[in-house]
Amino acid sequence: MAKEYETVIGLEVHVELATKTKIFCGCSTAFGAEPNTQTCPVCTGMPGSLPVLNKQVLEYAIAVGLATNCDITRYAKFDRKNYFYPDNPQNYQISQLYLPICRNGSVEIETKEGGVKSVGIHEIHMEEDAGKLIHDEWDDCSLVDYNRSGVPLIEIVSEPDMRSAEEVIAYLEKLRLIIQYLGASDCKLQEGSMRADVNLSVREAGAKEFGTRTEMKNLNSFKAISRAIAGETERQIDLIESGEKVVQETRRWDDTRGESYAMRSKEDAQDYRYFPDPDLTPIMVSDEMLADIRSRQPELRSEKMKRYKEEYDIPDYDIEIITGSKHMADLFEETTAICAQPKKVSNWLMGETLRLMKEKEVEVEDLRFSPENLAKLIALTDSRAINSSVAKEVFEVMFDTDVDPEQYVEEKGLKTVNDEGALKKTVEEVIAANPQSVEDYRSGKEKAIGFLVGQTMKAMKGKADPATVNRMLKELL
Amino acid sequence: MRITDMTAVELAAAIRSGTTTAVEAAEAMLDRIEKLDQTYHCYVTVDREKTLAQAKEVQSKIEAGELDGPLAGVPVAIKDNMCTEGMLTTCSSKILGNFVPMYTAEAVLNLQRAGAVILGKTNMDEFAMGSTTETSAYGVTKNPWNTEHVPGGSSGGSAAAVAAGECFYALGSDTGGSIRQPASYCGTVGMKPTYGTVSRYGLIAYGSSLDQIGPLTRDVTDCAAVLEAISSHDEKDSTSIERSDTDFMSALKDDVSGMRIGIPRDYFGDGLDGEVKDAVLKAADGLAKKGAVVEQFDLSLTEYAIPAYYTIAAAEASSNLERFDGIKYGYRTEDYAGLHNMYKKTRSEGFGQEVKRRIMLGSFVLSSGYYDAYYLKALRVKALIKQAFDDAFSKYDVILGPVAPTTAPKLGSSLADPIKMYLGDIYTIAVNLAGLPAISLPCGADKNGLPIGLQLIGDCFQEKRLIQTAYTYEKLRGAFPAAVKEVG
Amino acid sequence: MANIISDETIEYVGILAKLELSDAEKEQAKSDMGRMLDYIDKLGELDTTGVEPMSHVFPVHNVFREDVVTNGDTRQQLLANAPEQKDGMFTVPRTFE
Repeated sequence: MAKEYETVIGLEVHVELATKTKIFCGCSTAFGAEPNTQTCPVCTGMPGSLPVLNKQVLEYAIAVGLATNCDITRYAKFDRKNYFYPDNPQNYQISQLYLPICRNGSVEIETKEGGVKSVGIHEIHMEEDAGKLIHDEWDDCSLVDYNRSGVPLIEIVSEPDMRSAEEVIAYLEKLRLIIQYLGASDCKLQEGSMRADVNLSVREAGAKEFGTRTEMKNLNSFKAISRAIAGETERQIDLIESGEKVVQETRRWDDTRGESYAMRSKEDAQDYRYFPDPDLTPIMVSDEMLADIRSRQPELRSEKMKRYKEEYDIPDYDIEIITGSKHMADLFEETTAICAQPKKVSNWLMGETLRLMKEKEVEVEDLRFSPENLAKLIALTDSRAINSSVAKEVFEVMFDTDVDPEQYVEEKGLKTVNDEGALKKTVEEVIAANPQSVEDYRSGKEKAIGFLVGQTMKAMKGKADPATVNRMLKELL
Repeated sequence: MRITDMTAVELAAAIRSGTTTAVEAAEAMLDRIEKLDQTYHCYVTVDREKTLAQAKEVQSKIEAGELDGPLAGVPVAIKDNMCTEGMLTTCSSKILGNFVPMYTAEAVLNLQRAGAVILGKTNMDEFAMGSTTETSAYGVTKNPWNTEHVPGGSSGGSAAAVAAGECFYALGSDTGGSIRQPASYCGTVGMKPTYGTVSRYGLIAYGSSLDQIGPLTRDVTDCAAVLEAISSHDEKDSTSIERSDTDFMSALKDDVSGMRIGIPRDYFGDGLDGEVKDAVLKAADGLAKKGAVVEQFDLSLTEYAIPAYYTIAAAEASSNLERFDGIKYGYRTEDYAGLHNMYKKTRSEGFGQEVKRRIMLGSFVLSSGYYDAYYLKALRVKALIKQAFDDAFSKYDVILGPVAPTTAPKLGSSLADPIKMYLGDIYTIAVNLAGLPAISLPCGADKNGLPIGLQLIGDCFQEKRLIQTAYTYEKLRGAFPAAVKEVG
Repeated sequence: MANIISDETIEYVGILAKLELSDAEKEQAKSDMGRMLDYIDKLGELDTTGVEPMSHVFPVHNVFREDVVTNGDTRQQLLANAPEQKDGMFTVPRTFE
């Protein structure tokens, strides 16, 4: 009989912080610059250069720690992690091993069964990102760009508390939501501002001891994470079943091939010789500093939900969805601030926005349309300048390119025809052309009027207000 | 008086008064370097054109009244481990043989703000690892008092340049005695300030928690003036300290009455040369006669400073020197097969033997399983040593002793036995572990005419007491002769 | 007393430090390191129970900079020292398998 196995998973999540500058120097962190144009002696490891900590990095790290129920380390230090690699200009990474800034936290996730489970956070530490290596096929070499070198990261190390891919995804989504609400990061998996390494082991169901774990890297989406967990679980069970041993190692997931391979080489001794960085002074977190960070903490989701219920007359379900993403909630609040119509804003977000996101596979963080333009669109429909089907058409264009709806409607001539004379003429023509429907309506088939409205709208190329058409038809009949 | 015989402060005064100019001074000194440096080899790089261009610029600022400080217009020599924008900076290593920095070290910038003119970069032990300047990849520097002897190290080029009159003053760096010991061997004044007083930004690190830049000068007055100019709170150096008491020239007072001076018995035991001992104790007597309260005491832990130091310095160095990998700057090996082979060949060919020795030791003491036993243990011993000094400074204003156990050894006699060489640092090294200021100044010569150095150690931030004591001693001693009398 | 450094240790430290030693250098390194460690073992004579390891001599802490961009584009100067460069980047031996 086949044995039952349990998968044990812990996560190391790297989150790129939303600071303007790097962790130890005044270079910009802006995305997409020409290679090596956002660098200086510090982040390129020039001889004699020295690091100075960006205060905002510490404050974000503490804020995330507070929001994940961590103990904040009152006396923290930075350590050097020594290893040679070209993306690491000093050949050591400044990180925290001995006294990380946060420890012993937890976040609650909802389980499949509808219960609540607590996932422990072992520690959160601050560190610097590495540069980018680009492979040059032409010259068969690699090229190094240090723009990313020194971009601030926090690494959130969980306890091995997760048992399935679903729990892992729920944990990541929860972390992402917390961090986005704090404004500490945009947490985009695809762009690498949130990266998760999976530590996984398997053991026989009911066993007390953990099995030997592996660490899986290069997971760029929730789907890749799920597939890697499934793949690694199977690989480890196969090894155990065939009497072999799982080797503790770092593996790289190849999502296109659906398999992983070991990253070890003889030259990787995996002995990082950590020691306190003598170039940086210790961090002392005072009560005042903590109180200050707490007081500046943005509204949490639960607070936001409560406020929405009191302030805006929108359904609980809408509140649930809208506050489910900081970006969506920001869009909602900013648009409402302009047009003062929460209900209509909510409808646009819950309806067309979600529909198009699904259809076009757009992540909420990547929504492009601005609150200003959504407010304008709502104003256009309110004034009956455009009808609802034209509005949907315009919205789709806004969704793709954030056009100004007023300009767009003007340029494309999409405005509703409010000239009663012109409309009346068309209605009369439609009545004349559809005697059967007119007859049906007159004999009591109320529904027939819908057909006549449709014909009129078609003749007007959609640029009429259906309610007006309806009223006019009724009058004339 | 010839321009080249003046002290830095005298020269600046002469330039201010219009007796001479910064350009004349630079030319005179460049000419002297040309005549003498083939003998002493103090410099790795001298750039006549650049120096004269700077001198012209400084002179016009002096004339415009924009520069009027005590060092304005005076040429200086810079140890080759401080970055100078647009000027070769090699650390006397093959691995940085072609490195031209994109920025200037903060201490050097401070000097330039004070009107200094850079003559060139001085020779040193490779990456400041050594006590003789013999580990340089660019040849040995010779002691101007006797060219068969070493100038000391690692700031040997700077000390020899001051002694030979090949500069008016120089900057050095001191990690375990690298300013004070060559100053002692060459008969010049050298000072290591309190850790954090001078910015390390742009100083190519050896042992980051121990390194400190300081002056090498012809007399104590120059030393105070230079220290005052280079001290600053630098926001680019996290370990830089904000101080409001850096007006060091105000401490140039001929007065030690009531100054409590302690002489550690531990510094006068076996291994100390008799002539050195006599000269140092004679200096102490002189200060006592001038009204200082001098007594002997037991400092303790002296013999533990060297092993603690070499553990910490080697560990930090092994990490600091990882960046030299043939990718971003400096030497890269010609032929290699793949990345790791490139690293290994570049570093093995680019670093000299002593540097490799310390990198290996440092990598080992930090490696898995040894960190606690070696590195943390050394940091604990460091805490004990610091405590021993704290206790001493509760009783004394100044600690007085020798700088080195002997005068300058002969060329080629030190490197064969590294531990013996390391033992020569016994009186200087604890000062770096405890972050203290200390000054070395000449107090005599041995029978062969080689200078003997007197060391004064102060509590943290007490440079002024050291300067005052040293200045008083200097007055008492009288002028110290020049190493190189006439240039033919 | 007497630390004996094995060939394996020297080999391992060479991997960590990225140094490749000739056979003669290895023998020298084994003897040098052994002697140095013997000497460092002297620290074991001191009882340091309860003594905190001292990284920084002074109690300086919380040295921060504000999150303000101060650096511009200095790529040209940065690359001026590169042994090999291409397209504004540093060239290194191939790092991908």
